[in-house]
Amino acid sequence: MLADKDRIFTNLYGYQSWKLDAAKKRGDWDNTKNIIEKGVDWIVNEMKSSGLRGRGGAGFPTGLKWSFMPRESDGRPHYLVVNADEGEPGTCKDREIMRHDPHKLLEGCLVAGFGMRAEAAYIYIRGEFVHEADVLDAAIEEAYAAGLIGENACGTGYKFDIYVHRGAGAYICGEETALIESIEGKKGQPRLKPPFPANVGLYGCPTTVNNVESIAVAPTILRRGGAWFAGLGRENNTGTKLFCISGHVNNPCNVEEEMGIPLKELIEKHAGGVRGGWDNLLAIIPGGSSVHMLPKDVCDTVLMDFDSLRAEGSGLGTAAVIVMDKSTDIVRAIARLAAFYHHESCGQCTPCREGTGWMSRIMDRMVTGEAELSEIDLLLDVTKKIEGHTICALGDAAAWPIQGLFRHFRPEVERRILEYKKSRNAA
Amino acid sequence: MNISVRNAETFEFTPENLKFAAGQLAKYPTSRKQSTVMSLLTKAQEQNNGWISVPVMEYIADMLEMPYIRVQEVVTFYTMYRQKPVGKHVIEVCTTTPCWLRGSDDVVAACKDELGIGFGETTADGEFTLLEVECAGACVNAPVIAYKKEYYEDLDNDSTRKFIKAIKNGGVIVPGPQTTDRHKSAPEGGPTTLKEFCATQGGDS
Repeated sequence: MLADKDRIFTNLYGYQSWKLDAAKKRGDWDNTKNIIEKGVDWIVNEMKSSGLRGRGGAGFPTGLKWSFMPRESDGRPHYLVVNADEGEPGTCKDREIMRHDPHKLLEGCLVAGFGMRAEAAYIYIRGEFVHEADVLDAAIEEAYAAGLIGENACGTGYKFDIYVHRGAGAYICGEETALIESIEGKKGQPRLKPPFPANVGLYGCPTTVNNVESIAVAPTILRRGGAWFAGLGRENNTGTKLFCISGHVNNPCNVEEEMGIPLKELIEKHAGGVRGGWDNLLAIIPGGSSVHMLPKDVCDTVLMDFDSLRAEGSGLGTAAVIVMDKSTDIVRAIARLAAFYHHESCGQCTPCREGTGWMSRIMDRMVTGEAELSEIDLLLDVTKKIEGHTICALGDAAAWPIQGLFRHFRPEVERRILEYKKSRNAA
Repeated sequence: MNISVRNAETFEFTPENLKFAAGQLAKYPTSRKQSTVMSLLTKAQEQNNGWISVPVMEYIADMLEMPYIRVQEVVTFYTMYRQKPVGKHVIEVCTTTPCWLRGSDDVVAACKDELGIGFGETTADGEFTLLEVECAGACVNAPVIAYKKEYYEDLDNDSTRKFIKAIKNGGVIVPGPQTTDRHKSAPEGGPTTLKEFCATQGGDS
């Protein structure tokens, strides 16, 4: 188990105040000037050597992403955009950072912003998080008043502003280019890439979009050194990670743990185990709703990191662990996700706009068994027609949970269909 | 429904909200006024009894020098903008899978029963509107209701009834977990990590 001294988010649960005084006592904003003075190259290299991979789901190396920003400005300003549009079903970690440890995020914005020569950061927070956005606003005010950000951030002579941009209810704005569109005051519909945001992002300027957790861990990494972070977890899957454990466990919770912790250990140590014991486990969605579910036998041994979960045909995603015990109507659980993606499709690409509706409607019938056996392959064919044929990954995300269901629980759906037919024939 | 739309036929910001608008405009480059459209619509909705009427959109469009259709696009795209009148109290119940696994069906049943309305409906007295929302992002505290600025978490049938009755009676409900004494998103029974640290109290609400 991760030692307390290696935990970054010491105020994860909000036992202490989020305010500046308390945050400073926890080590935030401690000689940030010293980090800035080491320079852009040092910051980016240290982030690279930490091995940090983006915490928003895709797992792209954060330091490398920062290094994509142009080295020389062509006159256009650079922007850092923080993705706080947390809405992937199962995920609720960024909320805790923002309401309990906002100064970690703000200090992260400053060092990351400096590392990419940005003049400002926009934190895009989902509109439902009113309380969290209010805390962020207040923390930003504190930081300005203390001279930590603004005209002469931390006395370094570097000018840096941080603004909060509140969303208004759209899962798709968690996609980086949709998020940029949304900041520009438009519908949140993803852009085609290339050009990538590092060249043409917010207002057509070089922009990097990072998840809240990725930015909030940066100051600690830079203070303790990339090597410290890289020493935790496994190669290519380093550091600590916030896990959200929801569903059928005895004590659902958020917890910071070492990357690569066995899934079973994570659940038994921190969430009080599966309801009714480990043997009562049916399946787990390990990384937020968009990844394939894992059947129990895989859960017995799998490690919680990018590469281990990918090897099992799933993914770490946001590390939101959704646990389902044997009482779960697994078909309905996935049908509800299909309805979610249908609701959240932005409507731009035809395969996703139309396909998510078709998938949702067929899945609803699969729940009751009111379907034909041949429709299972038809449905899987629809998922394949969507996957990879859309501008953004929402289409893939909508397809994968359904593919995962049929990979592991096809007989259950077939049983329902046959039973329904039998009951109709009897009547 | 007997909610009058009449007093919403014209719209303009209060002086206080005009000041808010100026603060929002200061966040973005001067040529990018459109960036404030979302926050101004949210504020306008607040001022306009919880919904966005045509005059509201016209007012915002004029203020930001945007074509009306661009404002309407934004209003219809994002789910938090409401295009018809709502009750004084808007109850938003999350029913996405993580909440459903923890019993959001019971929460929904309690809401419908206590209020006598279904999703998307408003009570005849114009007091309550019940809405179904997608993942609220508080899954380890599921099931969840969002009401005004806060989340009410770890609900079940009884606590939901109590919650709604309290709103009806003008009572005060403390946000956060409703059925257990757990601390926010820490596990019930106390944290499994950082125990010494967590013992030093002093958090804000």
